[in-house]
Amino acid sequence: MSTHSQDVEQLIKREYKYGFSTDIDQEILPPGLNEDVIRAISAKKNEPEFMLNWRLEAYRHWLTMREPSWAHVHYPKIDYQSISYYAAPKSKEDAPKSLDEVDPKLLETYEKLGIPLHERARLAGVAVDAVFDSVSVTTTFKEKLAEAGVIFCSFSEAVHNHPELVEKYLGTVVPSGDNYFAALNAAVFSDGSFVYVPKGVRCPMELSTYFRINAMNTGQFERTLIIAEEGSHVSYLEGCTAPQRDENQLHAAVVELIALDDAEIKYSTVQNWYPGDEEGKGGIYNFVTKRGECRGRNSKISWTQVEAGSAITWKYPSCVLLGENSVGEFYSVAVGNNLQQIDSGTKMVHVGKNTRSTIISKGISAGRANNAYRGLVKVVGGADGARNYTQCDSLLLGDRCGAHTYPYIEVKNPTAQVEHEATTSKIGDDQIFYLKQRGISEEDAVNMIVNGFCKEVFGELPMEFAVEAQALLAVSLEGAVG
Amino acid sequence: MNAKALSQHYAEQVQQVRDGLPAELPEWLAGRRRGAAQRFADAGFPDPRQEEWKYTNVRPIATKPFATAQADAPVSEETIRALGFEGLDACRLVFVDGRFRGEISDLDGLPEGATVRSLSAMLGDDSARLEPLLGTLAHDRYSSFAAANMAFLSDGAVIVLGKGVRLERPVHLLLVGSAGSPATWNHPRVVVQAAEGSEVTIVEHYADLEGANGFTNTVTELRADAGAQIHHYLVQDHADSAYHIGSVFVQQRRDSRVTSHNVNLGGRLVRHDLNVDLTEPGAEIVLNGLFLVGGRQHVDTHTRVHHSSPHTSSREQYRGIGQGHGRGVFKGRVLVERGAQKTDAQQHSANLLLSPNAEIDTKPELEIYADDVKCAHGATVGQLDETSLYYLRSRGIDAEAARGMLVFAFADEVLERMELEPVRTSIERRLAARLPESGAMDVIG
Repeated sequence: MSTHSQDVEQLIKREYKYGFSTDIDQEILPPGLNEDVIRAISAKKNEPEFMLNWRLEAYRHWLTMREPSWAHVHYPKIDYQSISYYAAPKSKEDAPKSLDEVDPKLLETYEKLGIPLHERARLAGVAVDAVFDSVSVTTTFKEKLAEAGVIFCSFSEAVHNHPELVEKYLGTVVPSGDNYFAALNAAVFSDGSFVYVPKGVRCPMELSTYFRINAMNTGQFERTLIIAEEGSHVSYLEGCTAPQRDENQLHAAVVELIALDDAEIKYSTVQNWYPGDEEGKGGIYNFVTKRGECRGRNSKISWTQVEAGSAITWKYPSCVLLGENSVGEFYSVAVGNNLQQIDSGTKMVHVGKNTRSTIISKGISAGRANNAYRGLVKVVGGADGARNYTQCDSLLLGDRCGAHTYPYIEVKNPTAQVEHEATTSKIGDDQIFYLKQRGISEEDAVNMIVNGFCKEVFGELPMEFAVEAQALLAVSLEGAVG
Repeated sequence: MNAKALSQHYAEQVQQVRDGLPAELPEWLAGRRRGAAQRFADAGFPDPRQEEWKYTNVRPIATKPFATAQADAPVSEETIRALGFEGLDACRLVFVDGRFRGEISDLDGLPEGATVRSLSAMLGDDSARLEPLLGTLAHDRYSSFAAANMAFLSDGAVIVLGKGVRLERPVHLLLVGSAGSPATWNHPRVVVQAAEGSEVTIVEHYADLEGANGFTNTVTELRADAGAQIHHYLVQDHADSAYHIGSVFVQQRRDSRVTSHNVNLGGRLVRHDLNVDLTEPGAEIVLNGLFLVGGRQHVDTHTRVHHSSPHTSSREQYRGIGQGHGRGVFKGRVLVERGAQKTDAQQHSANLLLSPNAEIDTKPELEIYADDVKCAHGATVGQLDETSLYYLRSRGIDAEAARGMLVFAFADEVLERMELEPVRTSIERRLAARLPESGAMDVIG
C-alpha cells in the first residue's frame, strides 16, 4: 500500500504537461481598453469601415452592461483595464508564405504540444489552422479545400477576401450586444477561424484549429464563424492548450454556426486550458459564447465537448432550431479537479415545427472542484411536435467536491414532449474491488470506470479526438482517487 | 395610481408600524415588526431580474395600493360549512381577512398538553412561549413578502404539542378572504411546534367569499422535534381574482417525519415557497404537490430541501396541469451539504400541457456537496398518451370523456396519497369541476 500511495503522490505532483512558454518577439498593445485601442486593433488588421463601426458599437454597448453573476462560480473582480487586448507574433509582419518561413520557435511549441503541423496533418488528413495567440499563422490543405470550394481561413483573411460573407453573417447568431463577454469579444476580437461550405458540398476532411494563449496578460478573444450552405456537411474540431501562468487569464471567445436547408455542422471541442495549480492559483477564465442556428429545413447542428481544463468554465453551446425538422445535439463531458469551477451546459430553443434535440451531459468532480450543469430547453408556441430528451449524470470522486444540476424547462406548446433525467453517484467500492481483484491497479480501475461513464459522449468525437480525450481525462483526474 | 402615490401609500403603512404599534404589544415582537417593516421598505417588491423571481412577475400585486383589511365581513356558519370539507371532523379555526373569528370556530375537545389557539389570544396572555417560535425559522431576509408578513402581521394560529401528545382530530385552519373596495391585504401566520414523539395533522386551507380580490401574504413555521410527525395539507382554493403569496418553513430533528401536501387550484397570481431543513439524522420529508392553472392564472411553486445532516431522506413528487392561458411554474432545489453522507433524495416534476396558450416552466435542481449519496431527479412536460386515449375510445368512451379521465387520473396520483379522506374527496370534486367538459365528474361519481 505504501508504494501505491507514493505513486499517487508522484502523480499528483506531476506538473501541467503543456506548461511552458515560448520566448519570441511579440507585438503587444499596452494594457487598457478604450475606443483608441479598438481603433488600433482595427487599423492593425487593416479592416474595412464596417468592421470598425461594428466593433465600436459593441464597445459602447458593453460599457452599459454589467458582468453576469448568476453562474455558480466565484472569482475576484476582473480589471478590464489591466489586460492587453492585442498580441501578435512579430513574424506576421512579413507574412510567411510556407511552413519554412515560420519562426522555428513557434513550430517547436506546436511540436511539444503534439501537433506536428505538416507531418501529422498530412497523415491524418486534417487541415490545421493554428492560431498562435491571436493571429493565424499558417493554414494547410488550403488548396485541397479550395478545390472543393470550401473556404477555411483566418478571420482576418476572410474580412479581406470575403467581406460580403462576413458582413452578411457576422453577429447574426450572437449579436454584438448578446451578453457581457460576447460584447467585449465583438469590440476587441483579434482573430479566429472562418469556414464557408458551399451548396451541396461535403467537406472532404475534418477541419481543425488549435488555439493557444501565449503572451502574459493578454486575454484571447477569438471569433469563429461557420456557414454551411444548403445540403452541405462540415465537421470542425477545436483543441485548446495553454502554457502555465500564475495570473488568471481571460478567454472570451464567440462561435457562430449557421446551417441552411439540409446542412449539417458538427463542432467538437477538447478544451484543456491551464486549470491552475492545486491551490487554485492561476488558470484560465474560459467565458465563451457558442451558438448555432439551424436556419434551414432538416438542418442539424451537433456540439460535442470535452472540458478538462480552465480554472473557470462558463460556457453554453446552444442551438436555435428555426427550420422545420431541424435537429440540435449536445454531448458533453466536463471534468473538474482541484479548485476548478465549471458552470456549463446548453440551450436548445425550439422554434420550428417538429424540431428535435438531445442533451447528454456527464459531469465529473474531484478534489475541491464544483461542477454545474445549467441548461435551457425552450419550446415556443409555434413549435408543434418539438421533442427533447435530456440526460445529465454526475460522478463525484471524493467528499469535498460538488456536483450541481440546474435545468430550465420552458414549454409553450401542447404538442411538445420534453424529458429531463439526472442522477448523481460515486464510484462504487464493489466496482473498484472487482477490477482490482483482476489485477488492475486502482488508478487504472478508476480510469476505466470514468471512461465507461463518458462513453456515450466519446463515441460522438472523431476518432483522433476520442483517443486524445480519453488520455486527457486520465491526466486530469490524476491523484483524484487513492 | 401612479408610482409616486403608490410608494407614498406603502411608506405610510411602514410608518404606521414604526410609530403606531399598540403599546400592549410585547417589546420583542414590536422590535421584530419594526425591523421587518424597515426591511420591507428597503427591499421593495422583487422583480423578474432576480433569479428567484425569473418566471413570476409580481407587478399585478406591486402596482395595487392594498389597504389594511378591516376583517369585519359578515360570515355565517353556513358559508363556512360550504367552504369547508364535507365530513371532516376537525378542530377548526376560522380567519376572515387574516383575523381570527371565535364565533365560527370550534376548539373543543383538545387533549391535555396541546395548545391550539389564535396568535392574538396567545399574545394576550402567553406571549413568552411565542417568542422563540415566531419569526425564528422564517427570516425577514428571506424575501420582502416574508418581511411584510412580520411587519403587518394580522393574526394567525399557534399549535404547540407537548411530548408524546397525539392529536386525533386534525386541525382545520380555514382562512377566508372577502371582496373589498379598495382591495385589501392580510398577513396571517401559522406557528407549529411538535415536541418529541408528538403527532398532528394540519389542514391550512385558503378559500374565498364571492368576488374576493384581496392579497393574502402568509408565512408558516413548522418545527418537528425528535420522532415527531406533522402532516401538513396546504390547500389553496382562492377565488380566481385573488392574490396569494406564501412561504412555509420546516425544521426537522432526529427521526422526525413530515408529509406536505400542497394543492393549488385557485388564485390569479400565486407563489408558494416551501423550505425544508433536515437538521438531524433520520429526518424524513415527503412532498406532494399539484397545481392546476387555467384562465389567466399564474401559479409558481418553489421548494427547497436542505439536507444538512447525514442519513436524511426526501421524496418529492409535483404535478402540474396547464390549461387556457394559464402559466404554471415549478422550481425544486435539493441541497446536500458537505458531510451529509447517505442522503437519499428523489425529486420529480411531471406536467401536462393541454392548451396552445398555456405555459409550463419547470426547473428541478440538484446541488450536491457529498459523494456517498443517492440523488436523482426527473422532469417531464408533455400531453396525454395517445395509446391510452385509443384504449378508452375503443371501449366506447367518447374523446372528451376519455381525455377528462386521463387528466384526472394524472392529478389523482398525487391526491390519492392524502390520508384525510374528506379532504381528498372534496379536492377531487373541485378539481373535476375545473377540468373543462371532462368526464372527470363521472369518474368520481
